[in-house]
Amino acid sequence: MLLEVRDLQVEFRTREGVAKAVNGVNYTVDEGETLAVLGESGSGKSVTAQAIMGILDMPPGKIAGGEIVFQGKDLLKLKEEERRKVRGAKMAMIFQDALSSLNPVLSVGAQIGELFTVHQGMSRKDARTKAVELMDRVRIPAAQERVGQYPHQFSGGMRQRIMIAMALALEPDLIIADEPTTALDVTVQAQVMDLLAELQRELGMGLILITHDLGVVADVADRIAVMYAGRIVETAPVHEIYKRPAHPYTKGLLESIPRLDQKGQELYAIKGLPPNLMHIPPGCAFNPRCPMAQDVCRTDVPPLYEVSPTRRSACHFWKETLDAGQ
Amino acid sequence: MSENTNSTTAVADVIPGQRDADSAPLLQVRDLKKHFPIKGGFPIRRTVGAVKAVDGVSFDVHPGEALGLVGESGCGKSTTGRLLTRLYEPTEGTVTYNGQDISHLNRRQLAPIRSEIQMIFQDPYASLNPRQTVGSIISGPMEINGINPPGGREARVRELLEIVGLNPEHYNRFPHEFSGGQRQRIGVARAVALEPKLIIADEPVSALDVSIQAQVINLLQKVQREMGIAFVFIAHDLAIVRHFSQRIAVMYLGKVVEIADRESLYTRPRHPYTHALMSAVPNADIDAEKKERIRLEGDVPSPISPPSGCRFRTRCWKAQDKCATEEPPLVQISGSNEGHLTACHFPEEPTTVDRGEDIVLDPALAALEESGENA
Repeated sequence: MLLEVRDLQVEFRTREGVAKAVNGVNYTVDEGETLAVLGESGSGKSVTAQAIMGILDMPPGKIAGGEIVFQGKDLLKLKEEERRKVRGAKMAMIFQDALSSLNPVLSVGAQIGELFTVHQGMSRKDARTKAVELMDRVRIPAAQERVGQYPHQFSGGMRQRIMIAMALALEPDLIIADEPTTALDVTVQAQVMDLLAELQRELGMGLILITHDLGVVADVADRIAVMYAGRIVETAPVHEIYKRPAHPYTKGLLESIPRLDQKGQELYAIKGLPPNLMHIPPGCAFNPRCPMAQDVCRTDVPPLYEVSPTRRSACHFWKETLDAGQ
Repeated sequence: MSENTNSTTAVADVIPGQRDADSAPLLQVRDLKKHFPIKGGFPIRRTVGAVKAVDGVSFDVHPGEALGLVGESGCGKSTTGRLLTRLYEPTEGTVTYNGQDISHLNRRQLAPIRSEIQMIFQDPYASLNPRQTVGSIISGPMEINGINPPGGREARVRELLEIVGLNPEHYNRFPHEFSGGQRQRIGVARAVALEPKLIIADEPVSALDVSIQAQVINLLQKVQREMGIAFVFIAHDLAIVRHFSQRIAVMYLGKVVEIADRESLYTRPRHPYTHALMSAVPNADIDAEKKERIRLEGDVPSPISPPSGCRFRTRCWKAQDKCATEEPPLVQISGSNEGHLTACHFPEEPTTVDRGEDIVLDPALAALEESGENA
């Protein structure tokens, strides 16, 4: 077990009240495994990742409970100094928007090299050589010539490759990629996803892939965790979830994708809106939008039921959902 | 289960076939160009070049038809949309609406046409005035055009809110009180307020969450069907475009490279770029047969100095000398269906059957794989 998140809770204090962004999330990632965390905006998928990385803005954020066990140590109990040694060296993050995550006034070579000078005390010259190596590795053409260029001189896909190079620099054991291809065009998105999957296999890292795109994860993920209103509602191996979802929310998401074989028909749409995190409905958070909701859903929060040894679903009626999917 | 699945009525595919015979096109676009000048130099700022955002685009839109416009960012699809609504004035070429050339009309001459061509924008946060109530946003078009519907404007606004699935009681609320999906519904209500004949929808669902996208697509489809409005639907999401549009034009670097009806384009793409674009779309259907993956190398070239000849040649795996010297015309090539036009010297076979293995177009990747074999 590389990483285990146990009952993590994160709140944000705002003027209007306390927003519960993450309400008891549990997931695990093994060495060399790709876990896709799927959810819409506000589902808590990015906040969970930020809590793992230790880059949550506190305040207004606050970790209200839970544990994040990484390689046997609870990260939440570490001092900031020790935490900093983990961050970057043992785990690294790739962000959605490469342009705003890179420093516009430093050359990309300096930004990649900084990891080596800070974490490993390497000389600047050696760090630059390492930077060229890494840029080669993420297939940036003419890396030797481009190492001194600035972020604005690269295209979106190339900038995302530089982000990947920085994340890989110290060969971490875990990479968290937060919507790494959302800002890219489809043809470039395919390039970047292929590259990420390949490097992950090569280096045997654990990968948490955060996304809202059901299509992107189908190709690369081993397991999927679906989040809704700060909770995991379903986890399953990737193939099983697409064939037979065990939660009505997952089912609704899958059905609302326009399939290539049906056109012009009305799309299935999940009715209503995601809940306001300051007023999460009692019982199952999805109940106001759920076509299967019964009285019990409005009062009792469903635990993560065991569907099979590898699958969990937080739905009182997971059996019915599973059967309806056939 | 829910009422949604039961009411999956098919949208009539009325358009292809009878279209050419009995209806004149609502909108005719011929060789449309928009070049944005680049100013530079000191002390006198001169024009030193031009961004050729749209560089010779031609197509027709028929009444009640939905035409999809797809392409990657920077291909000129949004600029085309803005030219059609005359938010921009074309550099060259013509836009003919209902038989009238509107490409260089002035403000006053355009006024009567403005009410018939409406636009829905991508960003529902930026396209609604935060200081106006929903009521005044939606009644704005009626006020400007001096339209007084029977029962008054307020009643009409309430009716429109109902049509787009919002609570008519929210008449006096401000945009910030609504979610993204609801704001896009307000945008739709404003666009249909004057019962236009043509709506240009520029990425109307790209900014929305997956579960909300389907709701807005269904709304647009309902509006299209019930009010008989023609749509130019601009998007980069091929699955959504295919779902919504009867005919689709694929753009690359300011030009249409292929245009065809939906069936023909998706089952028998002839242009290598169309083929690559489709194969790059990740498929959520895990059971689907593994498609051949075409990985394109590099990025779209700069529209300031586009490649000579065929613009796709720098990324194309079929490019030959001819592609650099001769620009391929947009024509129906042998083996294509009626109305399926392609601009390519060396088109793909009219089929999408597997070729067996991946075409790897990234030279770095190819080199890596080779060295891996040698080691």
